[in-house]
Amino acid sequence: MIEIKDLHKSYKMGSNSLHVLKGINFSVKEGELVAIMGSSGSGKSTLLNILGMLDELDEGSYDLDGVPIKNLNETKAAQYRNKFLGFVFQSFNLINYKSAMENVALPLYYQKVGRKERQEKALKYLEQVGLKEWATHLPNELSGGQKQRVAIARAMAAEPKVLLADEPTGALDSKTSYEVMDLIQKINDQGNTILLVTHEPDIADMCKRIVHLKDGVIIEDKKVEQVRASQYV
Amino acid sequence: MKFLFDSNTWQEIFGSISKNKTRTIITVIGVLWGIFIYVALSGAAKGLDNGFDKAFKTVAMNSMFVWAQNTSMPYDGFKTGRPMQLKLGDVETLENRIPEIQYIAPRITQGQFGSKPVYTVRGQKSGSYTLNGDYPIYTKISTKKIFDGGRFINQEDMDQARKVIVIGERVQQELYKKGEDPVGSYVRVGNVYFQVIGVHKLAQGVSFDSDSAMFIPFSTYRKLYNSGDNVGYLCIAAYDDADVVQVEKDIKAILKSTHRVNPKDERAFGSFNLGERFGEIMGFADGLTFMSLVVGIATILAGVIGIGNILLISVKERTKELGVRRALGATPSEVRNQIILESVFLTLIAGVVGIILGAGLLSGLNAFTKDADFPYANPTVPIPYVLGALAIMVILGTLIGLIPAQRAVSIKPIDALREE
Repeated sequence: MIEIKDLHKSYKMGSNSLHVLKGINFSVKEGELVAIMGSSGSGKSTLLNILGMLDELDEGSYDLDGVPIKNLNETKAAQYRNKFLGFVFQSFNLINYKSAMENVALPLYYQKVGRKERQEKALKYLEQVGLKEWATHLPNELSGGQKQRVAIARAMAAEPKVLLADEPTGALDSKTSYEVMDLIQKINDQGNTILLVTHEPDIADMCKRIVHLKDGVIIEDKKVEQVRASQYV
Repeated sequence: MKFLFDSNTWQEIFGSISKNKTRTIITVIGVLWGIFIYVALSGAAKGLDNGFDKAFKTVAMNSMFVWAQNTSMPYDGFKTGRPMQLKLGDVETLENRIPEIQYIAPRITQGQFGSKPVYTVRGQKSGSYTLNGDYPIYTKISTKKIFDGGRFINQEDMDQARKVIVIGERVQQELYKKGEDPVGSYVRVGNVYFQVIGVHKLAQGVSFDSDSAMFIPFSTYRKLYNSGDNVGYLCIAAYDDADVVQVEKDIKAILKSTHRVNPKDERAFGSFNLGERFGEIMGFADGLTFMSLVVGIATILAGVIGIGNILLISVKERTKELGVRRALGATPSEVRNQIILESVFLTLIAGVVGIILGAGLLSGLNAFTKDADFPYANPTVPIPYVLGALAIMVILGTLIGLIPAQRAVSIKPIDALREE
């Protein structure tokens, strides 16, 4: 599903250039649940941003579902993001003047799906995350865990090939974190490919594979025995 | 352009606008105020314009009066200070020689310009009033409203030199009891009895004659007072497209030559050019209309710039939202269109509400000034002007929306999302 070869990325900081990713080789198959770990500054967010087409790579190649991702203009990138990717952010990034349902329906709007169908689909995904009764509530009427579940429903609504989660539990307490992870595991069980960035080992242990990043290189890439989050819930 | 007709686009914009109420209201007020001022001002100016029109309705706009005075220069063997006298023959000469003259009504009068008013009696009541000897054509220059049942002097009255009289409203009030019909009754003017054929109503606005003026046929007057061909003064109306100032000059030049007066003598004949005065007043009204247009447009401009300003701030405020939208697959052009359409939509709402409020104010003003003694009537703004203003606003709204829209697109989604 994801194929990365010899990926380099550096940022220019005035006259200095900061080499963040120094040759990443990495591939993800369909149905995997991968945790990308590393301390801050290890390059894990940069990697995720490149995977999410929010940032461009300097060197190397990136194929997503057989499509080479290179030199995209903003419009093309937006269309690919909409078609291939679902995003979950640490700070949820829900649109605060839209109800839960409208938030979930937003990627469908950009897919030019009709209003009726949008709402039906949005309700379906909200039901999947257990928030159907909260469909008409605004984000500020929801708890942190609920917000993240709405965000996950939104990421899923476009039926993406890959779900990218940037510290999805970073702003949540451990109980809610496990609830969210339980949801992510269930979505993965349905066959969806998920990549998540985290620095919490217990969250990483709930994935099927852990990729460890340090100073811009992968120092460890191992399959792990998945810890089910449902036992903590 | 397809997105313009997509109901989804509008739902999205309507959602964004209706859910940020404070922002929307503040944004809208600027333009709303602008178009309100524009409509109110230009409507008021138009009302004044109409008011002047109404005030001058009863008189021919291009009219003037010419009368005789004394010469101030010796000429052709005549000494200075020779008194001039207009004659009926002058009327014919002028009519024949100046094609711009539409109507010319000679008139002879008593009770005006220092002469003694005429003692008039009916039964036990009496009063002194102005008496005019007139031609029927006079009403073409200064319309006379005659109360029901009466009429003005006609050609037969002239031909037969009938002793008929049209009296003024005040004359009626002073000589008749309330509810008494004066038409058909007799009044004694000087020593002669006249039959009343009509009562003229005092015209609203500008009028040459007071409500105490009485009119008799010119032919009757000259017989009665033995005035021969003498004329008191000439009432002249030029055609609408004629240059009244030039016509006035021509008339005087001809009069001077027929009366053997030095062409440079400015004192021999006096005149009052109503057309010229009227032009000045209309010029003032036009100036007012133009000024209100300028002020209104400037206010609208300020309002639209205000919308752009607030949208620019709101784009900064919404950086994250726009970042999220783009992460979810909004293309830059979709984001840009959304911001521009928000701008246009707000401008349009503001415009329509402003127009409605402005029209409300104008209709209020109209009701308030309806019976007031003030040159003000039917304040309106022509529909093309309103539509024009609306079009200008939409165009400006689009242009000004481009600035925040470009700003919104120029922020990379990754930077937008990173901003906490």
